[in-house]
Amino acid sequence: MDLAEYRSAARAWLAGNTPAADGVDAAKTFMARLHDAGYSGITWPAEWGGQGLTQAEERAFAAAARDFSLPTYVFSIGLGMCGPTLLDRGTPEQKGRFLRKLLRGEEIWCQLFSEPGAGSDVAGLQTRAEQVEGGWLVNGQKVWTSVAQHADRGLLLTRTNADAPKHKGLTMFVVDMRGPGVTVRPLRDMTGRAHFNEIFFDDVHIPDENRVGAVDEGWSVAVTTLLHERLSISSGVGMSGQRDNPTSFEALSSAVDTGDPLVRDQLVELYLRSRALALFNQRLSQETKAGIFPGARGSAAKLLLAELTTFSADLAVSLIGPEAVADGHPLADAIALAPAMSLGGGTNEIMRNIIGDRVLNLPPEPRVDKNVPFKDLKVNS
Amino acid sequence: MNLLLSDEQRELGSVAKAFLSTVSPRDGYVQAVYERLNGELGLGGLIVPEDCGGSGAGYADLAVVLEEAGAALLPGPFLSTVFAAIVLRELGEKEHLTAIASGVPATVGPLWGGGITATDGTLTGEALFLNGAEADLVLVITAEGVFTAQGTVSPVDALDITRSQARISFGGEPAVALGALPARALDLIAVALAAEQLGVIRAALAAIVEYGKVRVAFGRAIGSYQGVKHKLADLHCALEQAESIVRYAAWTADEAPDELPTAAALSQAYLGRACFQAAKDSLLLHGGIGFTWEHDAHIYYKRAKSDEVLLGPSRIHRAKLADLLEL
Repeated sequence: MDLAEYRSAARAWLAGNTPAADGVDAAKTFMARLHDAGYSGITWPAEWGGQGLTQAEERAFAAAARDFSLPTYVFSIGLGMCGPTLLDRGTPEQKGRFLRKLLRGEEIWCQLFSEPGAGSDVAGLQTRAEQVEGGWLVNGQKVWTSVAQHADRGLLLTRTNADAPKHKGLTMFVVDMRGPGVTVRPLRDMTGRAHFNEIFFDDVHIPDENRVGAVDEGWSVAVTTLLHERLSISSGVGMSGQRDNPTSFEALSSAVDTGDPLVRDQLVELYLRSRALALFNQRLSQETKAGIFPGARGSAAKLLLAELTTFSADLAVSLIGPEAVADGHPLADAIALAPAMSLGGGTNEIMRNIIGDRVLNLPPEPRVDKNVPFKDLKVNS
Repeated sequence: MNLLLSDEQRELGSVAKAFLSTVSPRDGYVQAVYERLNGELGLGGLIVPEDCGGSGAGYADLAVVLEEAGAALLPGPFLSTVFAAIVLRELGEKEHLTAIASGVPATVGPLWGGGITATDGTLTGEALFLNGAEADLVLVITAEGVFTAQGTVSPVDALDITRSQARISFGGEPAVALGALPARALDLIAVALAAEQLGVIRAALAAIVEYGKVRVAFGRAIGSYQGVKHKLADLHCALEQAESIVRYAAWTADEAPDELPTAAALSQAYLGRACFQAAKDSLLLHGGIGFTWEHDAHIYYKRAKSDEVLLGPSRIHRAKLADLLEL
């Protein structure tokens, strides 16, 4: 089957199978059907429940899916970050145990890195995992955790050695979110909704078979996850399917009076920025297909998307005027949600540090925390 | 849509780069350099059809070479000759293209604003021409079409010390008509210029990144300060987007003619500003040394500003985009 056929088959399947209802149960049913139809885990190895196809099929499916509203949000963390991390770093036993269920929507995953005292500097985290008979005992608190209220599994980064420097005493685990000692509390964000949660771990037992990577080598596993996170945030955004987005060039140019040359020029600016980023994302995805892994360059795409998101929401509200901030106008929600893109997945300042250090190879900032045992460091309480 | 370079294009770029590394931007128009450039490297005739003695390459190939020429700030009439070759190729002309492939320097103008009119086979008026004093072949754009003619050439001072300009005036000299200006020609020229600007951005950023690693202030390399590093990160983001736009625009020139007008306006509206921003930030972050005549930072800065207005005031590209997007 060539790509055009693959794409039209996917479109036909989606037209017949996309549910009208949302909600977690409908989403789980849909994922199972998606997997049965061969569209879940398109590039993942067949051995672990994927389809063993290439980025070309993945993109063809994504192109077909843009015309539909798929209820896959609750699986986005698992499919975009946790699954790819396990594919890269998990044991064969872990891949066999977790990946197929993830692809079939049987288990929802969340990612547990950030803490109240450790955000940008996530390696400063203080959730402790102590070795006990048969595994590990975890105590601590995580925060900003999307979809945790629905999650069955979590990818959990913990401190296992406070005598080692901060990056060298971390270990990654898969935790059962339904197990004893795990408390999930919703956190209301500035939109007024609870997009994320805070999680408390009180004497939570994790078997050693759920450890991902070696003891005290969790930081390199986390870096893998964060790379996947930035790529999944930045990929494919801004290309098309923007009609639902009230801040897009397409939506705005039909909503405002373009007789005013000042308005036209502002819309041109929005077009320039949107098109420039869409083309950059397209180039990154063509490189990935050609076997060039973008690595830290994905941070540039993420930074640009964050800046475009706040720029376009700001511009949209300014152009529309007082109606935009009253009576449930979609732009009121858009301007309230806009900062999320600059904060989730690393702040704009952290993205610029990554680009400077790892893409441009500029000298790093002098560090006072690099070779000091974690227990001797100044940390947030 | 293809936004990646082929292996052959990468090879073409590295051959051009290796040669251009031996050229100093301050040397001006050196005949020996252009003899090699047009002779053994065949870059002057790159887009000239094979039956006129050229390589018959596409605009994506041309963009690769222009990017390297921009990065090296190649002095002399290379870009003006490329512009003339674009107009002639779109006209389907043969004789002058054959001359260009054999190394004859050329120019075309005025690229914006008019100033020269054609009446009964003669030209009157005057305009600025890029490298007008070096060009043996002068193409004149008028409302009545494209002509060749010999006018009176007066070299003028130019901000960009690597590329001269001349005012050419016509007082009724006989002219040879080559045909109406092809609709694509100015769009293709805009894309070619954007490719050169991409090279300028890349080189201006590379220069300050290298300096940021070695220049020390307050006991550490200046590139380690976030005040510097974050500006360079932003320039890197602009470079990534600029490269993506240039690859896309060059692809439309070769493969998607319907998309070329918008891509061309996009390329100038984005690259013109991004290029000057990169050259300006690079100069400023060098500190006082960047303001000296001996340092190359000002040459990039002046090239960037001159390029930004080469095809007209920069607003015209935004206005054209607004029209094409039906705003």
